[in-house]
Amino acid sequence: MREEQLVIKMNTDFFILLKPELSLTFIIFILLIIKVSDGMNKNSSIIHLANFLLLINFLLGFIGNATGTLFSDMYHTNGLIALEKNILNFGTLIISLQAYEWLKNHKHVIEFYILLLTTLLGMFFMVSSGNFLMFFLGLELASIPLAAIVNFDLEKIKSSEAAVKMILSSAFASCIMLFGISLIYGTSGTLNFAELPTLITNNPLQILALIFVFTGFAFKLSAVPFHLWTADVYEGAPVPVTAYLSVISKAAMVFVFISVLNPLFQNVQNVWYNMLFLTIVLTITIGNLFAIRQNNIKRFLAFSSISQVGFILLGISSGTTMGVSASVYFLIVYIFSNLGAFGVIALVAAQTEKENISDFKGFYKNNKTLSWIITIALFSLAGIPPTAGFFGKMFLVTAGASKGNYVLIIIAVLNMVVSLYYYLRVVKAIFVDENESPIEKIESNLYSKIALYICMAGIIFTGFASVLYDYINSLM
Amino acid sequence: MSNYSIALIPLLPLATFVVLGLFGRKYLSAFAGIIGTISLLISTIISLVTAYQYFFISGKINGIYQPIIALNYSWLQFTPSVSIDMGIMLDPIAMMMIVVVTFVSLMVHIFSLGYMKGEERFATYYAFLSLFTFSMLGLVLSSNIFQIYMFWELVGVSSFLLIGYYFDKPSAVAASKKAFIVTRFADLGFLIGILILAYSAETLDFGTLIARLTDASSPYFVNAAGASFIGISALTWGLVLVFLGGAGKSAMFPFHIWLPDAMEGPTPVSALIHAATMVVAGVFLVARLFPIFAFDAAALTVVTYVGAFSALFAAIIACTQTDIKRVLAYSTMSQIGYMMFSLGVAKHGGEGGLGYMASMFHLFTHAFFKSLLFLGAGAVIHLVHSNEMKDMGGLRKLMPITHITFLIACLAIAGIPPFAGFFSKEEILLAAFHSNKMVFFVALFTSGLTAFYMFRLYFSIFWSKESHVHENGHGEGTLTMKLPLVILAVFAVFAGFFPIASLVTSDGLALETHIDYLFSLTPVALAVAGILLASSLYKSENSKPQSIATTLGGLYTAAHKKFYMDELYMFITHKIIFNLIGKPAAWIDKNIVDGLMNLFADTTAQISDNMKGLQSGKLQQYASYFFVGVLGFMLLFIYLWN
Repeated sequence: MREEQLVIKMNTDFFILLKPELSLTFIIFILLIIKVSDGMNKNSSIIHLANFLLLINFLLGFIGNATGTLFSDMYHTNGLIALEKNILNFGTLIISLQAYEWLKNHKHVIEFYILLLTTLLGMFFMVSSGNFLMFFLGLELASIPLAAIVNFDLEKIKSSEAAVKMILSSAFASCIMLFGISLIYGTSGTLNFAELPTLITNNPLQILALIFVFTGFAFKLSAVPFHLWTADVYEGAPVPVTAYLSVISKAAMVFVFISVLNPLFQNVQNVWYNMLFLTIVLTITIGNLFAIRQNNIKRFLAFSSISQVGFILLGISSGTTMGVSASVYFLIVYIFSNLGAFGVIALVAAQTEKENISDFKGFYKNNKTLSWIITIALFSLAGIPPTAGFFGKMFLVTAGASKGNYVLIIIAVLNMVVSLYYYLRVVKAIFVDENESPIEKIESNLYSKIALYICMAGIIFTGFASVLYDYINSLM
Repeated sequence: MSNYSIALIPLLPLATFVVLGLFGRKYLSAFAGIIGTISLLISTIISLVTAYQYFFISGKINGIYQPIIALNYSWLQFTPSVSIDMGIMLDPIAMMMIVVVTFVSLMVHIFSLGYMKGEERFATYYAFLSLFTFSMLGLVLSSNIFQIYMFWELVGVSSFLLIGYYFDKPSAVAASKKAFIVTRFADLGFLIGILILAYSAETLDFGTLIARLTDASSPYFVNAAGASFIGISALTWGLVLVFLGGAGKSAMFPFHIWLPDAMEGPTPVSALIHAATMVVAGVFLVARLFPIFAFDAAALTVVTYVGAFSALFAAIIACTQTDIKRVLAYSTMSQIGYMMFSLGVAKHGGEGGLGYMASMFHLFTHAFFKSLLFLGAGAVIHLVHSNEMKDMGGLRKLMPITHITFLIACLAIAGIPPFAGFFSKEEILLAAFHSNKMVFFVALFTSGLTAFYMFRLYFSIFWSKESHVHENGHGEGTLTMKLPLVILAVFAVFAGFFPIASLVTSDGLALETHIDYLFSLTPVALAVAGILLASSLYKSENSKPQSIATTLGGLYTAAHKKFYMDELYMFITHKIIFNLIGKPAAWIDKNIVDGLMNLFADTTAQISDNMKGLQSGKLQQYASYFFVGVLGFMLLFIYLWN
């Protein structure tokens, strides 16, 4: 009798704790069945359905979140993790809304959604992992389908090139990381996150393991010097996929990084702090210096997002809960800002195939609203008050400063000035520069409009409303 | 009245600004004035009710007025103890200020209905007026020092917009820029001052800040008074820098140079901003932090002497100006100087608090008669289409109401009993007399000068010579222009009887005051002498003023040229800063910084070009870079940096 109750309890736990993953899996299966049964032929209706399901999925993320572990500690979740997953859900929804223009004439819409959501599922498992094994499985589940959707401009050779580059370099990074994980197992005898913190000491073999794991993360986060794949892949991939790569995939990696780095390696904090210090300086500076010279706007955003990642790492480097909440908060702001910018670029790219900053000269002439949207988004990315980006950066820098490493803070702040320059360069092209044949009026569909307005509202209001930041803080 | 309805006082003008700003020019052009005036009327009524309730029902606890936090919303939580809040604080000076601000603003709104009629950007004008009123009300109701700073800047922005309202006039654009830059420069000091105070007290909230920095045994105070920079304690630095911000907004010497130029704005704007509200923000700020100032003799001394010097300096200049609005501008500066030094000679609580009360009293009465003077000047300018005295004269028959009200205001500012200015000025002189004789004599002399230059202005406009202005149809202006003049004149007569001594004091306790008639004899006699002198010189056209000016020679010219302050600033900025700092900086920027940047950029471009060559198809390169990175990390963190 008792045992039976226990089983039932475990079963309900199973459904409650795994809710985000189950909900995603459910959507994937619905889409698969439609595909197999050849039920829906019209692209637009598939996209409507997918958007609807993603919206439901996002709303579900708000209710019934619990704390607990499953599969003998392999999987764990809590309020913060539930919020993180829902941030990812939200970003994916926005990207899906923005992708309409590109997908409506594509031949393989269902496959796109299935692959996309599979990577998201992988990220969910990764964020929830309580064990390196689970983490690695999630990571691979998130990476391999991603390479497939990078290749989704099927007739474009650049797109395929990007996919090949991505899959090969990511395999290489995975190898290194796996090596690190095996070293951890070899020296400590366990891969369980709960047991590891006390077992990791200043043992050189474990430092080596830390370096391998760290570089694996750095690769996924496109931190310098492991960022080389980023620009090529971003440039080659379809715009919505680039947005997905630069926002969702980064955010997921940051979430995992937060829950792995300090909690597991707290005994060797001084070692990873130095590694982070070096990485942050390189990432912010080199990302910025490269961004200055880009003409392709996607490449430009790729490099600027590298430098943004540097700032997130700055928050993480504090190793405090303030750093964690600042990073999570910044990522929300970053999703709004970056997707605001990508949303406009996606519209322009889908209708005119133009992707260069010089093409945007005189953009304001025919596209007033879109110009303002991309300007506000870029201002937020640059951290100009009173946009949310300013508050996000301010919290990150404040968190980073708590370590008392002012050299790092000064370098970061100087780089903010540099970044101001190149973001304003785009704004200048849009508003000031003359162009004989500026981009014609871009027709935006309802989905993109909704997505863009949500992003704008987010940029303007998340900064002022302290509710969000307080909420994140309350989850610590 | 519920606490939320208090929030309506600033929010109604804000709503008006938003509505008129968004839809005004297209849809509401005809109704903009009415909308603005009605919304402000409601705001005025609410603030009157709020002030009444505070002063006579809810404000007193055990006979002492206590600050009440009506609303507080924690906006940005930095650490558990420090947060930036948005709140509304009710206390005697805030109550007095909301009444003054809403009332004068209402008068200006009504006056502008006639004065600005037919302007193309009529709705924009009212939108800006509303924005200004909102910012000013937000400023006086602020519950913490950071909030006051934000509204402080908003006030600066909206005054910039209003001064530059005639943006097709180059002088107006230059004036608005000058006002903005000068006050902005002073605000930099303010911000640093806030940071110093907030850093030492670990709070931004006024109540806590004052409590922590006025308790000699608290660790915060010990910290702030102990830490020193070039021999001056952090507390003094903080207060002096905060005062610097106040001096910028209140046009105290040497930051006064923007005020006369700001007269380029529409005249009702001058009545609102440069007479009754924004320019007294500095006085308000010092009064707001007065308990801390009272604890720090050094900072208070700075306030005293800057105030006294500005009062005298501006009064001398005012005697020589010929543009009627500029005379009024300098007179404002001089009167604010009075308020400042009056605060400076005050102490916290008891009899010593007389100066504080007197300063607030003068702020209160001055708001009425000075805005009346500006509105009257506006009516004159409206008729004559000139700001120069030489184009006026003999207007008393053409504009009887303006004439009478202007005369009342002049008598009030000159300190003739029983007009409003007499009472407040008397208290100030008394306070100065009891604590600093030198300041007292300066103030006494200045009060004689005040009577002189105000009546010089009065006689030049309304008497002097026969009017040669032709009746051009709009005469004295519309009813909406006359009504505010009459209302304000009533207050210029009776505001002095307002029992401010029992309501607004430094420690919240009622203060016993009485007019010492023997003491008042001297200032009144001086004022009468000033008036008589002005009447003999300017009542009818003659050559005496010219011959006096010639006799005084250099002194007159110097005063006429405002003691060359503008030239001095020009010299400092153009010759010294631009040449000695600007040009070398530009050179460094152009050759070294740009050169370095170009070098960086060129190098990075080179590298990225090279890499592009390497990258195409050769994924091995990526892997090797990655591998080199890993190896580098291994070397560095296992062997070198561990």
